[in-house]
Amino acid sequence: MVGNPSRSLATDTLQNPVKLGVKDLRISYNHVTAIEEVNFDIHEHEIFGIIGPANAGKTSFLKAINRMDMFNPEMKVEGKITFNNVDVGKIRNVYGLRSRIGVVFPLPVGLPLSVYDNVALSPRLRGQNNKAELDVIVERCLTRAALWDEVKDRLTSLGSLLSGGQQQRLTIARALSQDPELLMLDEFSIAVDPVTTMRIEDVLKELRSEVTIILVTNLVQQARRLADRTAFFLDGRCVEVGVTEDLFTGEVKDQRTRDYVEGRFG
Amino acid sequence: MFEASKLNQKNDTRQKLFRFGLGSMTGLLILPVILILGTLIYKGAPVISLEFLFTGPTKGMTAGGIFPALLGTILLVMVALIASVPLGIAAAIYLSEYAADNWFTRAINLAIINLAGVPSIVHALFGVGAFVIFFKFGTSILAASLTLAIMTLPVVIVATRESLQAVPLAFREACWNMGATRWQTIRRVVLPNAITGILTGVILEVSRTAGETAPIMFTGAAFFLPLLPQGVFDQTMALSLHLFVVSTQVPGMPENLPFGVALVLISIVLLMNSLSIALRMYLRGKKKW
Repeated sequence: MVGNPSRSLATDTLQNPVKLGVKDLRISYNHVTAIEEVNFDIHEHEIFGIIGPANAGKTSFLKAINRMDMFNPEMKVEGKITFNNVDVGKIRNVYGLRSRIGVVFPLPVGLPLSVYDNVALSPRLRGQNNKAELDVIVERCLTRAALWDEVKDRLTSLGSLLSGGQQQRLTIARALSQDPELLMLDEFSIAVDPVTTMRIEDVLKELRSEVTIILVTNLVQQARRLADRTAFFLDGRCVEVGVTEDLFTGEVKDQRTRDYVEGRFG
Repeated sequence: MFEASKLNQKNDTRQKLFRFGLGSMTGLLILPVILILGTLIYKGAPVISLEFLFTGPTKGMTAGGIFPALLGTILLVMVALIASVPLGIAAAIYLSEYAADNWFTRAINLAIINLAGVPSIVHALFGVGAFVIFFKFGTSILAASLTLAIMTLPVVIVATRESLQAVPLAFREACWNMGATRWQTIRRVVLPNAITGILTGVILEVSRTAGETAPIMFTGAAFFLPLLPQGVFDQTMALSLHLFVVSTQVPGMPENLPFGVALVLISIVLLMNSLSIALRMYLRGKKKW
């Protein structure tokens, strides 16, 4: 196990400072618990995978991180999540928090704006209106998201009319235009063809030098390909957190984890 | 193998019967429209001329044109729009984008629906009490327009709210996730995509306002005025009231003249509606998602 390169990389990132700390997290909707007993730290430059079947509470977990619970009066978050060692529950300027966190949704959301405006939206929200600066940001983010070559000749056409795979890369470019410290991807490959999925995965591997990534995925193998460590959510509990390779080949604390990753579930 | 069974035949007969029944109901429905338009054009068209449109009535309104009434209707509608559109759109944005779903919001929504159901004559009496007497506007274009505005407000609100809600929630969530405030989201994503629906709603509203009679007859529209209005505190003539007057109140009226007035009024309404439909079709072609 010592010779496994992905494993040593994983243990390396554990030396980095904690980016996101989660302690005794419990999320409920109208007093019905969606997820509880979540405790782990995510370190800088780590790709942290979260796997688990539907209704395990994965998406709720992401919403709690960037305080999207504010938009849902039924959603209640208890416990503590820290971002850069600051309790997100106590942050007054939630807009500042959210602008540091890029989010990619399961279904691509190309806003009904031009491709250019989609990517320029976040800089503009921050008050950046200099055309030359925006041009640079748009090109850089679209390039990073492996979309530039396909759209550079039609930056003025509508982002919402791109194909599904292109829209998903546009969403990633938009998230990158925020200059995020943390990137959260929620089952990004669900509506994307395998080739695009692989391209996006390559993009994510390159991004790890700049950002911390939380990768919620319904594809166990995707977590294995990308994530340094992986958490297994099941029925509203965080069953296991460990170095990804260990979930597949090493010791697991809970037999259900092994059953799930090997597809022997239910 | 494919011979029709008894059941097949029965089903087929029944379906033909229903198609005929439903089709003839539809035919009955458009019959009045055709009759009204046909009569108006047949009897009214000979009266219409540039002179009819752009001169005032003469000889106790039995001759001459309708210019003061036409101008009055346009003025009334414009002032009503200036009052109702900003207010209605603002309220709709609040209700759709900000208001929490609680008893208070539901009460406001209920009030709006009820406001839409209030008979126009009741609005007229409200207008007299509020604008003519209490605010001391007198019987004037301002009082009449504000009465019309109150009456059309619910429709503007409902049309706007529906256009806003037609913008998918996912777009808003994407913006919020980026750190946009609610207003930034409304301003940059929701409104630009709802504005077309809002415009269509407003235009439809105009056409309704143009034809209203009861709300303006006590608040600002006059039977006959020798002079054109000089400002919003003057009274004005209006097409709808003029039609009522020339059809029923003036002896010795040439038979075709009221039809001419009616034709002009209905043309304005139809023109507005066509404009609205054309706009909607044009914009639907450019649908963004």
